Amino acid sequence: MKKYKHYVFALLGVSLLLAGCGNQTGKSSSNGALSSSAAEKVYVAPGEQDEYYAFLSGGYSGNLTVYGLPSGRMFKEIPVFSQFPTSGYGYSEETKPMLNTSFGFVPWDDAHHPDISQTNGELDGRWIFINGNNTPRIARISLSTFETEEIIEVPNSAGNHSSSFITENTEYVVAGTRFSVPVPQRDMPINEYKGNFKGALSFISVAPDNGRLNLEFQVLMPGFNYDLSHPGRGKSHGWFFFTTYNTEEANSLMEVNSSQNDKDFIAAINWKKIEEYVKNGGGTKMPANYAHNVYDEHTHTGTSTMKKEVLTVDPTEVPGAVFFLPTPKSPHGCDVDPTGQYIIGNGKLSADLTVHSFDKMIAAIEGEKFDGEAYGIPILKFEDVLAGTVKSGGLGPLHTEFDANGNAYTTFFISSEVVKWKLGTWEVIDRKPTFYSVGHLMIPGGNSRKPFGKYVVAMNKITKDRYLPTGPEMEHSAQIYDISGEKMELIYDFPTHGEPHYAAGCPAELLAPKSKKIYRLSENKHEFATISPNDARVERNGKEVHIYMSTIRSHFTPDNIEGIKVGDKVYFHITNHEQDFDVPHGFSIIGQNTSELLVMPGQTKTSIWEPKQVGVWPFYCTDFCSALHQEMQGYVRVSPANSNIELSWSLGE
Amino acid sequence: MKKASILMIVGPLFLLGLYAFPLWNIMLGAPQYPEPLGMNIHIDGIRDVNEFDLQNIDGLNHYIGMRKLPKPEEMWEFSTFPIIIGGMVFLGVLIGLLGYFKKVSYAWFIGWFVVMSILGVLGMYDFNAWMVDYGTNLDPNAIMKLSNPDGTPMSYKPPLFGHAKMLNFDVTSLPSTGAWMMFTGMMLILAAFFMGWKTTKKSKTL
Repeated sequence: MKKYKHYVFALLGVSLLLAGCGNQTGKSSSNGALSSSAAEKVYVAPGEQDEYYAFLSGGYSGNLTVYGLPSGRMFKEIPVFSQFPTSGYGYSEETKPMLNTSFGFVPWDDAHHPDISQTNGELDGRWIFINGNNTPRIARISLSTFETEEIIEVPNSAGNHSSSFITENTEYVVAGTRFSVPVPQRDMPINEYKGNFKGALSFISVAPDNGRLNLEFQVLMPGFNYDLSHPGRGKSHGWFFFTTYNTEEANSLMEVNSSQNDKDFIAAINWKKIEEYVKNGGGTKMPANYAHNVYDEHTHTGTSTMKKEVLTVDPTEVPGAVFFLPTPKSPHGCDVDPTGQYIIGNGKLSADLTVHSFDKMIAAIEGEKFDGEAYGIPILKFEDVLAGTVKSGGLGPLHTEFDANGNAYTTFFISSEVVKWKLGTWEVIDRKPTFYSVGHLMIPGGNSRKPFGKYVVAMNKITKDRYLPTGPEMEHSAQIYDISGEKMELIYDFPTHGEPHYAAGCPAELLAPKSKKIYRLSENKHEFATISPNDARVERNGKEVHIYMSTIRSHFTPDNIEGIKVGDKVYFHITNHEQDFDVPHGFSIIGQNTSELLVMPGQTKTSIWEPKQVGVWPFYCTDFCSALHQEMQGYVRVSPANSNIELSWSLGE
Repeated sequence: MKKASILMIVGPLFLLGLYAFPLWNIMLGAPQYPEPLGMNIHIDGIRDVNEFDLQNIDGLNHYIGMRKLPKPEEMWEFSTFPIIIGGMVFLGVLIGLLGYFKKVSYAWFIGWFVVMSILGVLGMYDFNAWMVDYGTNLDPNAIMKLSNPDGTPMSYKPPLFGHAKMLNFDVTSLPSTGAWMMFTGMMLILAAFFMGWKTTKKSKTL
């Protein structure tokens, strides 16, 4: 790979120059945002609803937040990889299995890249997927309940970052490793990384009917860092593209040592070919240990299963399936335009964008015009696959999204701006500053065959002075630009939650009509559900006590319980009997060592309470459910461990 | 008289709509119920407008001590009305056929109309009586016991016809498809009577 070192770049000089430019443009156009038309564009009057849903990843919050566009109003935080005391997710007995991994219970992750399911390359609004970066996991979230339904751990991976992107018919959700590791994991010197570590690219199938995930195969690539990825679409459907950095295979002081090669690669993977290879018995089964956690909407319960095997594929054994496209300057974002023709490598240490041509890539592969190989994988000639270069004048391009009119929008982290440019001519049309240092951007459907190019949301890494200060720690800032005209217009700032990386958006009418209002009590198949208040009861099994309790405005059945003893393990199984939209009931009891439960209409949730002191202890509803919410309370009498008091329970006696 | 008799045969058939469509509809809207709760009153029972509406109406009514909405088996009306309507349809069609074959005169048409009208008024009276009972005969241990400005206990009888404001709810009570079909059928029978009367008069003068 030494041959790619011949471009020498005066990085520092250029960055100073461009930083100056960025500031100037920043001042001049931020005034434009104060115009009254911007206010009208984002104002969604009371009682009116937004035009688009936007799902912003929570980054280190581990969760996914739901916003409206153009108002920037936050609707919900969906717990995914992190415990969430607000609803009891990760605390209730039903949801604890969702956070199980091969490392045990991992109550947090770093959630990066949401992607909405597609059919024929267009958003279909069935599910949204998101990756956990730290302890590699992929989650599937239902877009009718807006709850996490499934989490699968990804073995042989570390820093699950080039994830969770889906193919155009949601055949696969793809997860690539940012940190290469020994595969299988073993005790070995770190400095023997080079040539020994592997980068696993995982293809997880999605069952079309119920969305169930299954890790079909892993391609074990050379030990580079697989940073981001996107699927081919249209003509390039069947391919997947991954940016790489650290093709140097450095293992220390990476910020210097992995920035030495002038060009790294975009890896082009023909997954259809590998799928066929695997279907014909190809690949090697390898022992593994990874968790597969599924939440059932009818039992309201998650179950965790450990999987023990994974099918690995050596890319050199599938001829014509994997190629490297040289791409300058440690490319970060890897984006494919709506036609599937252009693959954009956002060289993050560069001023320019490199655009590869799918047609040229195919021609080069067919002409077998290779420029050497890396670990047996053919490298295509840069000039043969290059469609064009966007001389942007910005610095530090990270990510690109698209509108429906052949325009692309790229974020520049270092020069803190969004640049609009034309596909095919590569000319820059407009540039607008962001406040400050933008990472990802999102256009609803902007990474599908059918973008809805009305707004772009820029998610910034630095907030500084945009809001009233709240001490050293602040939420990150996002910005909305109107992109319906030739020039972009900054129309709104709004704070986000956690650190949004990527986001996904779709028209409101795709999801709003099918959003569930309640769970049907008649379909509640929870093992410990109380379907009728007549079935409410308390059962003892040694030191375990199961309380089958129901709730309706505004009382618990039963609300007086006696015969509990110090040292018991008390399971409160709460079933909400409401069948009315937006009438949850909560449950909490003094000294509970977990969180409250927030139980939706028709749902059952369970909390464990281990009383440590004799006394009469109250419990109550935490959700203001009616005018008599304050009365929604009860008592548990806790007697000494050796007491003879019989179990009894009652309501209204 | 033939045309009149055909109308007399067709008219009662419109009453069959009561088996498929509600007779009456009561909707309850409130600030926290932007999509109002509703009940459809059929001749054989009270049903939801949207799923779980009855359950949710009962849930709200328990605050003010109203009884639960009756199940079909809890009111004799819901088993009797379908039989009465069926009987009247049968009788009406029979009268029409007999009129067609000139076995009975048009006077039977108005006879049927009068009987049906009396039954209808009785039905309305019964319905109203039930609503009075339902809205005023409250649980003495109700959670909320509200009074009118004059000190009398507040009652919650829904309007028989039209709109009323009850606490935070706007209640609208109106005839529904079944009733309108019945009304159309009755008008056809009235027309049958007039046609029968006119043609008979004509044939007499001729």
